[in-house]
Amino acid sequence: MQTSFTPAQLADPHVAESEKILRRCVHCGFCTATCPTYVTLGNELDSPRGRIYLIKDMLENGRPADEEVVTHIDRCLSCLACVTTCPSGVDYMHLVDHARIHIENTYRRPLADRLIRNLLAAVLPYPARFRTALGFARLGRPFAALLKRVSALKPLGAMLDLAPKSAARFSDAAKPGIRPAGAQKRGRVAILSGCAQPVLDPGINEATLRLLARLGVEVVVPEGEGCCGALVHHMGREEQALDFARRNVDVWTREIEKGGLDAIIITASGCGTTIKDYGHMLRLDPAYAEKAARVSGLAKDITEYLVGLDLPKLEPRRLNVAYHSACSMQHGQKITMAPKNLLKAAGFTVRDPAEGHLCCGSAGTYNILQPEISAQLKARKVKNIEATRPDVIATGNIGCITQIASGTAIPILHTVELLDWAYGGPKPEKLAAK
Amino acid sequence: MSEAIRFLPPRQTVLSRRAAIVADLADLLPPECLVHEERELVPFETDAFISYRRLPLAVALPRTTAQVAAVMKYCHRCGIPVVPRGAGTSLSGGAIPQEDAIVLGLSKMSRILEVDYANRTATVQAGVTNLSISETVGIDGFFYAPDPSSQLACTIGGNIGMNSGGAHCLKYGVTTNNLLGVKMVLVDGTVIELGGKHLDAAGYDLLGLVCGSEGQLGIVTEATVRLIAKPEGARPVLFGFETSEEAGACVADIIGSGIIPVAIEFMDKPAIEICEAFAQAGYPLDVGALLIVEVEGSDAEMDAMLASIVEIARRHGVKTVRECQSATEAALIWKGRKSAFGATGRIADYICMDGTVPLGKLPYVLNKTSEIVERFGLRVANVFHAGDGNMHPLILFNANDPADAAKAEEAGNEILKLCVDAGGCLTGEHGVGIEKRDLMRHQYSDADLAQQMAVRSAFDEGWILNPSKVFPLEGRE
Repeated sequence: MQTSFTPAQLADPHVAESEKILRRCVHCGFCTATCPTYVTLGNELDSPRGRIYLIKDMLENGRPADEEVVTHIDRCLSCLACVTTCPSGVDYMHLVDHARIHIENTYRRPLADRLIRNLLAAVLPYPARFRTALGFARLGRPFAALLKRVSALKPLGAMLDLAPKSAARFSDAAKPGIRPAGAQKRGRVAILSGCAQPVLDPGINEATLRLLARLGVEVVVPEGEGCCGALVHHMGREEQALDFARRNVDVWTREIEKGGLDAIIITASGCGTTIKDYGHMLRLDPAYAEKAARVSGLAKDITEYLVGLDLPKLEPRRLNVAYHSACSMQHGQKITMAPKNLLKAAGFTVRDPAEGHLCCGSAGTYNILQPEISAQLKARKVKNIEATRPDVIATGNIGCITQIASGTAIPILHTVELLDWAYGGPKPEKLAAK
Repeated sequence: MSEAIRFLPPRQTVLSRRAAIVADLADLLPPECLVHEERELVPFETDAFISYRRLPLAVALPRTTAQVAAVMKYCHRCGIPVVPRGAGTSLSGGAIPQEDAIVLGLSKMSRILEVDYANRTATVQAGVTNLSISETVGIDGFFYAPDPSSQLACTIGGNIGMNSGGAHCLKYGVTTNNLLGVKMVLVDGTVIELGGKHLDAAGYDLLGLVCGSEGQLGIVTEATVRLIAKPEGARPVLFGFETSEEAGACVADIIGSGIIPVAIEFMDKPAIEICEAFAQAGYPLDVGALLIVEVEGSDAEMDAMLASIVEIARRHGVKTVRECQSATEAALIWKGRKSAFGATGRIADYICMDGTVPLGKLPYVLNKTSEIVERFGLRVANVFHAGDGNMHPLILFNANDPADAAKAEEAGNEILKLCVDAGGCLTGEHGVGIEKRDLMRHQYSDADLAQQMAVRSAFDEGWILNPSKVFPLEGRE
């Protein structure tokens, strides 16, 4: 569509990129149909097309963000269903990234919102702080209902609701070091331990390490890596996000130069989408652009890597698995068939819930910052999943696991936990009764 | 922004009362159903005919027929123009507002109210998307036939306004042939029902009048549509030709021999390349024109019909014939076709024409279209419902170059006139909207237009419903 930016505005590389993205949009409106917030709220302002228009208007006029724009951009889940739907190839992901940075730089949020965001940014990306915070959260649980009655404190209530009921187990999975291949060596990879996942559910990477060892893959847990930066990136805190990215790029580059890496394995698709975008995020940093692009090129979701290993086909077992494709998996990384094909080959009966393209409402910190829309999406997702009458739910992202588990009694596991079990690992605890 | 097509000058009496009108609307609607902050109005300033834009006065997003009626009653009493909006996917500017108008959006009314298999009907709110009807009843072996390319997003209300068609309308007819009843709010807020679950109603066929009235006779809030049982099987087959003329002549011959497939879709070389790049559907890239012919029924029926079609195609020098081998492949073939317009956005801005011509004239009109567009120094991609003679030349241009945009509009007007002169009409399914309004005099005599406008006045004496659309402005300001 038509745009109007001055040459001076276009001298800013972020604006220049956004202008290119906007030019692709033909305003056909297809994106509205698959947008979870439009489907829920029925207002074009809460649809991709509406947001694109709001962003365009704000950037063209060189205006600081205002309350209205912030409201509608904040409601975006960044699920990227619109990117899958868009026939014109509008790169909404990088457009809304730019809008979020612009908001962070030009808009002063109300005090309570600022405090919550600062708290999330200071705690979630750091495993030790997050673990401590979860301890406090368990103590605070009884007050969740009370907090939710005060509008500004709703996010705190939502946070307490999401905190696991029992203390997180300590695990060696994130301890730096080399895990040798258990069989004849056929590959060498690094694995991302990340931030929230090892605290919430260390079993996921434990299963991954066991499975890869049995398949003959040497795995490095590099010293010094950490949060991929996605959490703060989605808050528009670009400098902090880029610092996380640079740190991880350094760590992995060292490993690439030391022993070579076939892949950087990621077991949380939310992180995968961001790490695959490091090359883009750091494109303007001459010291990092090349290294970051190499890291992005090596980043692979665990299921993407496993399909390359030709796992043997196993006898069918009587277990119905509802596969929930995380938005970051299907829309962010366009991985749609690999997880299901692996599960089927491992003998599971895979069922596709209706409206599989719609987000479960987790979306990073969305379920904390937008608890009402998130709860509606969760209810809709759980209803669709339960309609397939599954024995277990499989997915590839810790955020979805936490979100969906808080709405159903059906056990939910990471895809790799089922695969590890099928290929000789222990039966997952959550399936003890099955 | 283009300026060639004028809007009615805004009513100053309305503009000057803006704050009071917003306050009154706030009494009629819950806060989340009313948009009035200037910045929030911007995304409603246009639809998919994006060369024209006007900010509305406010946007009402009612949840119930009663709220629609309350807003209409108020606007009628105060003489405030109302522009109805479904999903805002109109390619003719049917949902573009004007400065003194309230946009009445039906997007919050998106529930399927009843599915009645015994009567083969579904009753839905107007904001339900076209595709979601078929998705809801598909599991039980039914579907809703009209399938505009925008069916993923466009609403039934909008389909009724424009009497929308689609690829599969060759066999099943357009919206009016599949619509059984509506609940509608008249301009003064009166709620009426037309038709029902039966094929015909006693008295005048007012339902037929409402379907295609572009939001000028009332606001449809609910619709009862006919459901059709899915065929045993369906198979799209790709026919590649050297030239568009051969493909066009083949279409006329297929229809002329009495064969009615479910769909005959046409793509010329530029369109094939655009769609293939997006959908990777396996369209042949070494041909000059492509027909997607879909047949349906039992295997024996499909084989028999295909054999006859292949024989006709051979007479027209068909180069490649490819039957699709799986449901996935069929889905990709249709995905590519239905995304054609949007996918064109990958290479250029475009405006999409909608003229319909007698089938025998297809090769002539295709040739002339290329000539016209070349004369303006522009490019064109053709992708359309060939079996219906419903052409969609996409004129490619650069929206950031005003001269280019003006040329595209002029070329478009010439093409539409060409369609009319060839014995066809201005619009097959997108509606007149604002885009083709000033060409209506090329299609109709003044007496014809006067009669249509008299009907319109009978429903809306003050002309407040979607006032700048359909009828030329001369003599009515």
